[in-house]
Amino acid sequence: MSASVKSLDPRRDEIWARLSTVSDPELDESVAAMGFVESIEISDSGEVRIGFRLPTFWCSPNFAFLMAHDMREAVGGLDWVRRAEIALTNHCNAEEINRGIGGNLNFAETFPGQTEAELDDLRATFRRKAYQGRQEKILRYLMAEGYTTERLADLTMGDLTSLVIADSKFETLRARYAEIRCEFGGPDASDDIAFTTPEGDAIDVNNFKQYLTVLRRVRINTQFNANMCKSLLDARYDSAGE
Amino acid sequence: MYKTSDGEEIFVIDAHIHLWDARPENQRNVHGAQFINCFHDYHSALSPPEYLWSAEKFQYYGPETLYEDLFVNGYDDMAVCQPTYLKDFYTNGFNTTEQNAELLKSYADRIILNGAFDPRDGEAGLEALEGLVETYGIQGVKLYTAEWRGDSKGYKLSDAWAKRYLEKAQSLGIKNIHVHKGPTILPLNRDAFDVADIDDAATDFPELNFIVDHVGLPRLDDFCWIAVQEPNVYGGLAVASAFVHARPRYFAEMMAELLFWVGEDRLLFASDYGIWQPKWLIEKFMTFEMPDDLKAETGVDLTMEGKRKILGLNAAKLYGVDIEAKKASLGSM
Repeated sequence: MSASVKSLDPRRDEIWARLSTVSDPELDESVAAMGFVESIEISDSGEVRIGFRLPTFWCSPNFAFLMAHDMREAVGGLDWVRRAEIALTNHCNAEEINRGIGGNLNFAETFPGQTEAELDDLRATFRRKAYQGRQEKILRYLMAEGYTTERLADLTMGDLTSLVIADSKFETLRARYAEIRCEFGGPDASDDIAFTTPEGDAIDVNNFKQYLTVLRRVRINTQFNANMCKSLLDARYDSAGE
Repeated sequence: MYKTSDGEEIFVIDAHIHLWDARPENQRNVHGAQFINCFHDYHSALSPPEYLWSAEKFQYYGPETLYEDLFVNGYDDMAVCQPTYLKDFYTNGFNTTEQNAELLKSYADRIILNGAFDPRDGEAGLEALEGLVETYGIQGVKLYTAEWRGDSKGYKLSDAWAKRYLEKAQSLGIKNIHVHKGPTILPLNRDAFDVADIDDAATDFPELNFIVDHVGLPRLDDFCWIAVQEPNVYGGLAVASAFVHARPRYFAEMMAELLFWVGEDRLLFASDYGIWQPKWLIEKFMTFEMPDDLKAETGVDLTMEGKRKILGLNAAKLYGVDIEAKKASLGSM
């Protein structure tokens, strides 16, 4: 990639913005923020090549495949992109995954005989954990702001949307929760309850503390993994000072 | 032995150490190089800077260095040596039971030697397990369910052959099953770190103890849930305890979770030496105090009594170590 493309090409920013919407399903953090995007190359004719790296040689191939797939979809969605290639490096399944994503194969076709199904269940399991993790973060924030469990159990989507707290951290937590809520929490009209279980049920105010304890366990695990992955990526690529 | 500031002695059993050989001449293929590099990344990511080793020293440190680091400088009184065969990656294996048995020649009073089995070895492996018990009197085995073997990328404890091996282990008097979860197990569409098969095995074999290495990380939440249901499931703190230095707040949150769900009677200190050194791990663990906000929220604390259990008493129970007798015999040497 030439220096001029790197510093001046606005297409690069568009690609970066797209990659920022792609999550590591296990960590619920974007591949861009995690440092998994090693390079972006763009040709004059609109061919894009994304260099993709992971914290270890043995990171689970299923998550690696999901991320590579989602990156290709996200980047390929830009109207000027003629072709999006994902190049996973330094990974035990790099060859298979690059070939599979490049050839538009599904997971079973990419790993013939080594899988019994596509990755929908795996994705759903971790999306549910992401819902729990995002919900816990915003609930804890509001509790620290003085909201009681009674108030939180009754809060509607309308209440949540119209809350004014002058803190960008809150804005981020609310946006992240709102984005995922519709997948689990049922209808989100303004008079619907804002915080529901992953099954879409209201949270029993008498069991609110126990409910939070479960959420917390899920969140700590996710954050722990994200920390571990960041530390390992730094150690592997000596990028701590970047 | 760790001595507190008021002179109290704390007996330490390090539940997870290795003596490996990852030198280039023993590497069978690129996977051997990648494997030790990955371990070295773990070492670099979480060790205090003054404890960092070069990649070369990390490949092989030998029995004398191990003895110094664990028993002279590192406060360990005893250590459980866990094998990891990896014969698909290393010509003579990475650290087999036979390689580890070298340690018994000079340090038999301090080393608890564990064996291993792999259900994919079929009938021959059952006989080999008998041999390990006869030769070394092993009380425990280390299982690495994600180990590659030819075309196979791993197995589950709930597989029929795994059950046969567990039955055999139990009949031979083996009590402790250490389980390490790793990625790339088949079928690939499943979560490779899923710990559900430990739940099944722990239910089917209530007389065996299942020590889940790295407290099930990166599935701490699922591990805690299983440990609550199954009284014979324990957590080994290797990796988790290394966070006490690099990310103390996470260490505190993790310990609060583990103490709440699993409890101080079922957690075992482990350094995972040579990945990390017990000296700094134990020093930092002993000075660690549970932050007040976590105490208030979870209702748990890490007391001196809890530390004593985690550092040695719990492992002593699992491995039948009479601490007072051991202290006397080690002290009289």
